[in-house]
Parts: sequence; structure tokens; C-alpha cells
Amino acid sequence: MIYADNAATTKMSEAAINTMISVMNDNYGNPSSLYSFGQRAKEILEGARVEVAALIGAADPREIIFTSGGSEADNQAIMSAAALGKKNGKMHIVSTAFEHHAVLHTLERLKKEGFEITLLDVHEDGLVLPEEVKEAIRVDTALVTVMYANNEIGTVQPIREIGAICREKNVLFHTDAVQAIGHLPINVSEDNIDMLSASAHKFHGPKGVGFLYAKKGIKLTNIIEGGAQEKGRRAGTENVPGIAAMATALKEACASMKENAEALTKHRDRLITALNEIPHSALNGDAHKRLPGNVNFCFEGIEGESLLLLLDDKGIQASSGSACTSGSLDPSHVLLAIGRVHDVAHGSLRLSIGEDMSDEDVEYIIKSVKEVVEYLRGFSPVWRDLMAGKTPFIL
Amino acid sequence: MALYSEKVMDHFRNPRNVGVIEDANGIGEVGNAKCGDIMKMYLKIEDDIIKDVKFETFGCGSAIASSSMATELIKGKPVSDAMKLTNKAVAEALDGLPDYKMHCSVLAEEAIRSALEDYEKRAEKTAQ
Repeated sequence: MIYADNAATTKMSEAAINTMISVMNDNYGNPSSLYSFGQRAKEILEGARVEVAALIGAADPREIIFTSGGSEADNQAIMSAAALGKKNGKMHIVSTAFEHHAVLHTLERLKKEGFEITLLDVHEDGLVLPEEVKEAIRVDTALVTVMYANNEIGTVQPIREIGAICREKNVLFHTDAVQAIGHLPINVSEDNIDMLSASAHKFHGPKGVGFLYAKKGIKLTNIIEGGAQEKGRRAGTENVPGIAAMATALKEACASMKENAEALTKHRDRLITALNEIPHSALNGDAHKRLPGNVNFCFEGIEGESLLLLLDDKGIQASSGSACTSGSLDPSHVLLAIGRVHDVAHGSLRLSIGEDMSDEDVEYIIKSVKEVVEYLRGFSPVWRDLMAGKTPFIL
Repeated sequence: MALYSEKVMDHFRNPRNVGVIEDANGIGEVGNAKCGDIMKMYLKIEDDIIKDVKFETFGCGSAIASSSMATELIKGKPVSDAMKLTNKAVAEALDGLPDYKMHCSVLAEEAIRSALEDYEKRAEKTAQ
């Protein structure tokens, strides 16, 4: 099996699994309990908070709020900024057209509550222009939220510049860094970030756990009401084993970030060069300003789901932005946002490779993708019409 | 649990009657690339019997499997029988499709019907 869907989720690291098991076995107490056994769990929890804060350059561990994952963190960041804005008569939010649905759907909800949403263009290369952020900010802007790296096409946004603009304009800045944390060097202080969302299972931690970084002084609105956990900002008994494992995984990922990125970039660039040789194909998103492990292509004349199923038969797990894989009639909003028309957006393939990939794996993927694309084109009426000149090639 | 039944996967992996009939006397194409599914059916009809049928499909796994199964269900049958082919029959023959994939079987039914209508139109023209 060649797992090339690390943007969907990653394999847990052995160290993270060991941390999780040891906490479950030996420290299963409730951190809110006053006896020493409970307080030991509390120590583990707070230790993880200190570690995570340090790894992302947060000034104070209290700026870290543990959540159930990236979606919850996105929801809480945006809803909090909206509540603060509303209080001050600021009912405008700036974001981008290719955010994750955890952001886009939250913004849609706010739209129904009277907020005005500006979604910035991400252009053909999948990159937000800082000057366009600047132009979009108004006196009544409550929040700018731009993802650190896109989950489908992997393009890395100029976060530091956008953050600087927001600081200058005195507007809150949130970034969904779910795909970037543990893979790219992030420092919330240097990157001018006010709020940041992260999810453990994207960097070899467990599923169902993540965190929100919120700079000191930002009043958060609860998404989950109840007990006084997380200083009253997120109720519910803390997922101590998951949180501890997340800290272990993040520490590991940050420690080996440079060599991981180098190895992945080499594989990524080999894949991009080789898949570009397939006629009438195109890389989605900028070739260089992208995550080290992300490759995303459109192949004209074929449909993504059948491509994935045949790759699965060859032992390769990947992903696609075709309508059939999304359960709706529209292909990926990300591909549409970078200007891919429906016809070619249906034929997309995302390979998100992991650190364990070998040179042989990469060559096998290239050979397999070429075979499958050629096979599917062999009985595609769309491809026949393109080849016969009845319809013009798009790519 | 797998996404599709064994039958669907079998017809997807080894589609029957794939290709083109050069001297087809009934051709039908339905769907559009915008929605992500196009099916094209080629029929060779002699003495009111479907002597040969071939298909080309751009689409997902269940679209390819539905096309393949639909051709199997009408091959060698009288035109009147083929006209009665329903999407339900295609889906049942495939041991079922997920709810959100039922439109693939509808497309297969429509593609066959479209090819049969084309055949009838051509036959009328020759008769005139």
C-alpha cells in the first residue's frame, strides 16, 4: 500500500501512540479532580499546553485552547471575532474563496445574521495578494481570515504580510493552519497572527484533537457551554491522552521539519515534472509556493473518482476534487476558485505524500497514474471528441 | 464496508462491450462534462435484434459499471425489449448502487433509449 493522502489524515507516530497509551494507562484521572491523581493528569495537560505554545511561538501558554480539532477551532475563532465585531458595530469579514468549509460555512451562517462577507480572489496560482487584502479592509471590518496553506492544492499564502497589514489596520487576523502546522515553520508572533487553528491528525497525532491559538486579550465566545475547563472557554473534560499525544507529535514534527521538507520537496518536484509529461494535464496551484508534500493535477477527458478507484486497485490511496467524490454535482470549490472549469475540475487528482515515501514508491505512482489516465481516456467520449478536434482542448 | 458492491466493481474493472461500432445504426449520447458524466452508446441492429452494442463513458466508477451492465442487459435482445430497460433493472443487476449514485443508472437507461430513438429515426428516413 502506498498511502498518498496525508492531507486527509496521517499515520500516528510511534512516539505519539506511546504517549497516548501511557496517559490512558497510568494517568486516566480527570484534570478537574482535586486529589493528586487528578492533578497529575492536570500536570500532563498543562505540560502539553506549554509545549504547544513554545512550538508555535506563542508568548503565553494560556493562549492555547484545546479543541476537538481544526473545525471547532475555526468555528470558535470566527464566531468570537464576529461577536466582538458586532459589539462595536463592525459587521464585515474578509476571507478567501478557497477556504476550508469549516470557515466558509461559518461565514455563511454569519451572513444570515447580517454580516457582510468579502471573499478574495485566489487567482490562477492559488495565492492571495496582500495588497488585495489591504484594499478589502474597511472601517467596519471585524476579521480577516486566510488559510495558511490550502488543503487541496497546497498553496502557501503570504501570511506574515497579510498579518502585518491587519496589524496596521487594527483588524483581527485568523489563519486556518491545519495543513501547515508541523510542516512549515510557523511563529505566531513573527507571523503577526492573532488566532490560529490546528488539528493533530494532520501531523501524525491522533484524530479528534486540535487547538486554537488566541492572542492574549481576545475574548473568546464558547462553542461548547458547560464546565469551567480551558479557563471557561471550552467546556467538557479534556481529552488528556489525545492532547498529550498531540504535543508529542508536534514536537517531533517540528524537530525534523527541515529534513522532512527537503525529502518531500524532492519527491513532490519529481512527481510534478513526470505528471506534467501526460498530455493535456496541468498542475493546480503555484509550483513552488506550495506544501512540500502536495501534488494536485487536472487531467483532461477523465473523471476523478474512476481514477481513484483504479489507483486504489494498484495499491495507491489518493484523493480528488471531482463531484463524485464530494457527493454533490459540483466539483471542488477550490479548483473552481483558481479558474478551472467544471469539465476539467472533475478530472483532478491530489497526491499528498508522507515522509515514509521512497524513490521507488514515487516512480510506481508515476507509472500507475500514467497507465490509468491513458486507460480511462481510451474509452472516454470526451477524450474522443477532443482528439477528433470536435471540441477544443482546455488544458 | 466498500463503497460499491462486488458486481459494480467487477463491471467497473472489467467493463463489457467497451468501444465503438464503426457501422452503428443507432447512436445516443447523454449527460455533459460539466456534471461529470457522459455516456455514449453505439447499437448495431439487424432484423429488430440488437446484434451488437458498445459504449464509451466519461464518469465515475458507477457510471462506467452502469454503462457496462446496460449493454449486457440489451445485447441480443429485440428492440422492443431494450426499449423497456429501466434504470431500476440496471441498478438491481449491479446488486444496488448508493442512493447518490442512482443517477448513473438513469443515465444508462437514457443513453440506451437515445440510441434506440436514433435508430428509429434513421429507419424512418430510409423507409421514406
